[in-house]
Amino acid sequence: MAQELPFEKPLVELRKKIEELKRFTDEEGIDFSSEINKLEKKAATLEREIYSQLTPWQKTQLARHPQRPTTLDYIDQIFSDFIELHGDRVFGDDQAIVGGIAKLNGKPVTVIGHQKGKDTKDNILRNFGMPHPEGYRKALRLMNQAEKFNRPIILFIDTPGAYPGVAAEERGQSEAIARNLREMALLQVPVICIVTGEGGSGGALALGIGNHLFMLENAIYSVISPEGAAALLWKDASQASKAANTMKITAQDALKFDIIDGIIPEPLGGAHKDLDSQSSDMKAFIVESLKKLEPLSEKELVEQRYQKFRRIGKYTTIL
Amino acid sequence: MLKDLFYKRKKYATIPSEKAKKDVPEGLIIKCKECGKITFAKELQKNFYVCPHCEHHMSVSAPERIQDLLDEGKFFEYDNDLVSTDPLQFEGYLDKVEKDMEKTELNEAVVTGEGTIGGYPVVIGVMDSRFRMGSMGSVVGEKITRAIEKALVKKYPFILFSASGGARMQEGVLSLMQMAKTSAALSRLHGAGILFISVLTNPTTGGVSASFASLGDINIAEPNALIGFAGRRIIEQTIRQKLPDDFQTAEFLLKHGQLDMIVHRKDMKQTLTKLLDLHLVRRGK
Repeated sequence: MAQELPFEKPLVELRKKIEELKRFTDEEGIDFSSEINKLEKKAATLEREIYSQLTPWQKTQLARHPQRPTTLDYIDQIFSDFIELHGDRVFGDDQAIVGGIAKLNGKPVTVIGHQKGKDTKDNILRNFGMPHPEGYRKALRLMNQAEKFNRPIILFIDTPGAYPGVAAEERGQSEAIARNLREMALLQVPVICIVTGEGGSGGALALGIGNHLFMLENAIYSVISPEGAAALLWKDASQASKAANTMKITAQDALKFDIIDGIIPEPLGGAHKDLDSQSSDMKAFIVESLKKLEPLSEKELVEQRYQKFRRIGKYTTIL
Repeated sequence: MLKDLFYKRKKYATIPSEKAKKDVPEGLIIKCKECGKITFAKELQKNFYVCPHCEHHMSVSAPERIQDLLDEGKFFEYDNDLVSTDPLQFEGYLDKVEKDMEKTELNEAVVTGEGTIGGYPVVIGVMDSRFRMGSMGSVVGEKITRAIEKALVKKYPFILFSASGGARMQEGVLSLMQMAKTSAALSRLHGAGILFISVLTNPTTGGVSASFASLGDINIAEPNALIGFAGRRIIEQTIRQKLPDDFQTAEFLLKHGQLDMIVHRKDMKQTLTKLLDLHLVRRGK
């Protein structure tokens, strides 16, 4: 049974009721089929209603859903022959970021992404998808390797943020992120980024300098977590739902701000409801995006990526 | 009641509180936050706003820093017409920006332009922490990017003094993207073999520390400046331990290999001049 979110409760209860009626029909032999029919229609309407008008905070909850598919899930579904590569060659191997080489429709590509855990034990291993500097340095190493062998790079972004810890600071979290921002701008191969869940600030951006940037329908991208914003704004982290609204963190907001190139639709109820269809939709976006990028020369790729970020910002002049 | 009369009588003389005692008339003398000792403002100004008693480097406004650094204080300013908008319709944001504009007489949290240091032409950007904590929104990102692009065209070294709490929350993900924009601009400077000196002053944290401020060919910090990615409080909450006092200071970063050097403010101009001189011979010339 999937874990339900608070706003999904009415739907889950209705479904339970339908199940009960069905069981009753089977066991007692009384015909409730017309009632069941009616309730099922109601459930379908309710489902559409709930999921078509999700608030930013509800989307945040979906983006962080414990069953939300992770980078390795998508890699498994979208690519073949994946070989994971490890380590930054300097300090260690950060399990909060995974990467390696795989084939997309028979053609080699480099895939990299934040990796969250599936359960508590896994999450501890993955540090809840919050990388240390060595994670970003591993990612950069793999990207430079991709460039050397002329492989396109596909990045999956899903992190609460870069890890705020003592060791991370000592080993240069700032420098690791900053260097990725600069070096990714220079990559001479196509780079496609997809925010699949949480795009948590600089820790997300450090894998986010692409020619094309997409977000899943219920993914979020923000400069600060809603909890962090609430703590700063109202000195009260419990006002996160209000902050989620204020901060304009949804995929739809990012599209409006010209930050992303498109929104990848999710199955009704979120990506975790149907991994197969989510993956095939995502694959279609990647294939389509590559088709547009592959004719570009190395120089044009760098220029296109530069201009994409160069344009971002809202300001005015008093002259 | 009679008793009340007695209670109304003060039993002790009023002594100014610790706080009131340290509060001094604004402008004339300035109290050091580190050692609590006071100095005449004029004297402090001559001393580059470094406390003569404890060497604490106080924050300096961008115009004053430019005045101190550039030859004869001569400076040609870029883009002082750019101002913030309110893309998130964030309650109270523009009011705060306007208030800071009045207070600082600046259009935004960074001043950019060109001048010479020790006779060497440079493009320079100086952040001002009085303006929205020096935070980076669209205007700061745009001004820094334009300055980098100017340096690229003119082939002048680029020097940036950062003083910033990080990305500006009130412009949301647009602020975050300024990290990408400025860093991408630096990639071009890097590729063209043009010198970039990053000077990190108190404070340089968050999104500014995690973008251009860490990307200098040479990273310099002022003594005791707070420099780091995550806020101290957030780290303490995460690891549930108190952090050592020197955590995220310039000295801490130097020890951990994140900086080339720490330079006292009075020696800054001389150090920059020396570095500019050492980079005069460019590749291929």
